[in-house]
Amino acid sequence: MSTNSAAQAQAAAQKSARRLPPELNIFLVLIGIALVYEILGWIFVGQSFLMNPQRLTIIILQVSVIGIIAVGVTQVIITGGIDLSSGSVVGMTAMFTASLAQASTWPRALYPALTDMPVIVPVALGIGVGLLAGFINGQLIAKTKIPPFIATLGMMVSARGISKWYTKGQPVSGLTEQFNFIGTGIWPVVIFLVVAVIFHIALRYTRYGKFTYAIGANVQAARVSGINVESHLVKVYAIAGALAGLAGVVTAARAQTAQAGMGVMYELDAIAATVIGGTSLAGGVGRITGTVIGTVILGVMTSGFTFLRVDAFYQEIVKGIIIVAAVVVDVYRQKKRKT
Amino acid sequence: MGENGAGKSTLMKILAGIYTPDQGEVLLKGQKIRLQSPLDALENGIAMIHQELNLMPFMTVAENIWIRREPKNRFGFVDHGEMHRKTAALFKRLNIVMDPETQVRDLSVANRQMVEIAKAVSYESDVLIMDEPTSALTEREVEHLFTIIRDLRAQGIGIVYITHKMNELFEIADEFSVFRDGKYIGTHASIDVTRDDIIRMMVGREITQMFPKEEVPIGDVVLSVKNLTLKGVFHDVSFDVRAGEILGLAGLVGSGRSNVAETIFGVTPATSGSIEINGKPVTIDSPNTAIRHRMAFLTEDRKDTGCLLILDILENMQIAVLQDKFVKNGFVAEGELTKVCEEMSRKLRVKTPNLHERIENLSGGNQQKVLIGRWLLTHPRILILDEPTRGIDVGAKAEIHRFVTELARDGVAVIMISSEMPEVLGMSDRVMVMHEGRVTGILDRAEATQVKVMELAAQ
Repeated sequence: MSTNSAAQAQAAAQKSARRLPPELNIFLVLIGIALVYEILGWIFVGQSFLMNPQRLTIIILQVSVIGIIAVGVTQVIITGGIDLSSGSVVGMTAMFTASLAQASTWPRALYPALTDMPVIVPVALGIGVGLLAGFINGQLIAKTKIPPFIATLGMMVSARGISKWYTKGQPVSGLTEQFNFIGTGIWPVVIFLVVAVIFHIALRYTRYGKFTYAIGANVQAARVSGINVESHLVKVYAIAGALAGLAGVVTAARAQTAQAGMGVMYELDAIAATVIGGTSLAGGVGRITGTVIGTVILGVMTSGFTFLRVDAFYQEIVKGIIIVAAVVVDVYRQKKRKT
Repeated sequence: MGENGAGKSTLMKILAGIYTPDQGEVLLKGQKIRLQSPLDALENGIAMIHQELNLMPFMTVAENIWIRREPKNRFGFVDHGEMHRKTAALFKRLNIVMDPETQVRDLSVANRQMVEIAKAVSYESDVLIMDEPTSALTEREVEHLFTIIRDLRAQGIGIVYITHKMNELFEIADEFSVFRDGKYIGTHASIDVTRDDIIRMMVGREITQMFPKEEVPIGDVVLSVKNLTLKGVFHDVSFDVRAGEILGLAGLVGSGRSNVAETIFGVTPATSGSIEINGKPVTIDSPNTAIRHRMAFLTEDRKDTGCLLILDILENMQIAVLQDKFVKNGFVAEGELTKVCEEMSRKLRVKTPNLHERIENLSGGNQQKVLIGRWLLTHPRILILDEPTRGIDVGAKAEIHRFVTELARDGVAVIMISSEMPEVLGMSDRVMVMHEGRVTGILDRAEATQVKVMELAAQ
């Protein structure tokens, strides 16, 4: 009798817990961090952190490139994998895309015959190059069964090499007005949000999404259930690559130039945003909404440090600690679930 | 001796200090002992060679044998020369020809077994426990092992030898004990008894459990397997299953039953042989193809190959049917599918507050029902069940038996692998028995008895 009522109470507790969206926790963390800055702001700087629309816009603008990458990385991590190549892919696609986005007025165009192209051409090239890099990642992982960590580590190194080789280290500048327009105003944010909405829907309501979670939850069971695990993984990594490519396009357009060193360490920020957003590195768990909030948390943190005039060195130290803390919380949560 | 799950290995693990007993005592040389750990057992002179080998593949043979007891030189470093000499001496004593400096991962299974034995002997134990040491050995290697065992016996070492193989028993045992369903049945001198006596001791239980077996009209052959072979695992497996028929698949662990199921379902495609469905030859190279031919496969290991543990009941149930149904332009028909899953879980009586419960929070029986539901949603015409009621409480077990019977009545061809003799005999129309990767017989329901099945399974 007593065990029965205890079980009922537990079931009721679980039921009520489920009504709250899982993102609520991280959203509260975001609010918490913002409030801390608000208070510290009044104490040390004598102004409000939050009541400054311009600052809030800049925060979102700065994180939108990371956010676009993180949407792809989230899907990879849900399958139980990892993608270390996205930062380098950003650099590589920025170079390729910019080389077809140069204006004829620019005297040192890389391909003088291919200047003033319609904006769709460089954009398609950028996304295509990213897609190809992701496709190669996926093929390596599916066919040779090497760990995703190694496959994407190789791509990380090689893609960076390609971006340097492409122009022998020279930046690509003199981009067309239409191309640069992609990176101006609110457009990066719009692109980020559109991408997030598309893949939020894909993960939750399509077969693609269901299979992605199933593979992450138990790859053997997924295979026995008829899922072609190999081809699905190729799809997921290719999508992640294409999104890194899109991020490369946006990066080049924002900077109005492309350099081989663009996107360095972006993969780590994207992974951090994903993990802070509640996606489990063990696979099978994670949502795009969480990743969006995680991305904003990263942005708020950086912006807040600058606002409080904290030294950049300290920023990195604290950022590292917060990333580790997020994973510790994840591990703790999983342990609690098991007992 | 005893069937799978009779409790032999568990008892030996108690002797080796791996488990501690709830009750009872162990006497060693007349002294009561209570072992706390495997190390404790070793120090008391009891060594065990496990069924699954416990060697470190990237270390040499010598390092494996003397681990934790490495001879040291005066600087406290490991004295490799001395270790090599000691190993060579040990091998000489046991008539083993092997280089002590080989890495274990380069050894054959038989040689690893020899290393395990040498390691156990090196503890100068008085009692040596061997758990099915010959399961991976060829005939010649077995002969060598037996020579070593006889030598050890002559040196005054007591040996406990677990085996499924009747002829081994008569060849090396002085005395044998039989276990059944966790109980001690009896001990006899091996010269006093015949094979049949032992089999009777192993299976001599009354079948009291009731099975909801129904006589249903048996239809045409649905699945026909001819000379199916997975090299090195099983050979020349041929059988037919008809619509409405339940084909039981019996055999001891390691006889290749589950491997045959996995091969038919495309998890490990066959190296030769053919599969026909409804008279048409088919090539099944992946579970995906198998599902398209309307096959379903409830795997043996719920946790490893069945459940998506961290996902909910709904997601677990719908994953197989999503291959070709309830999807329009990539989008899942969520509402419709949820309704179908709810219906299925009601029909299978899955006990849960709602379908959004994570499957890991369910009992084994309810998890199994969800997985059965996963396959029933695909409307299979061939259903392979591998140990469908293992580790499940009696109530859920009876329910699962009832579902299987109903499916047969609906004309599904069922292959049911089971280590539980009463289940196989109670549910099957025919029983196919396997032994060491070969089919040793197919019995009709009328002629299938515990003794007959065990004879074919233990050979």
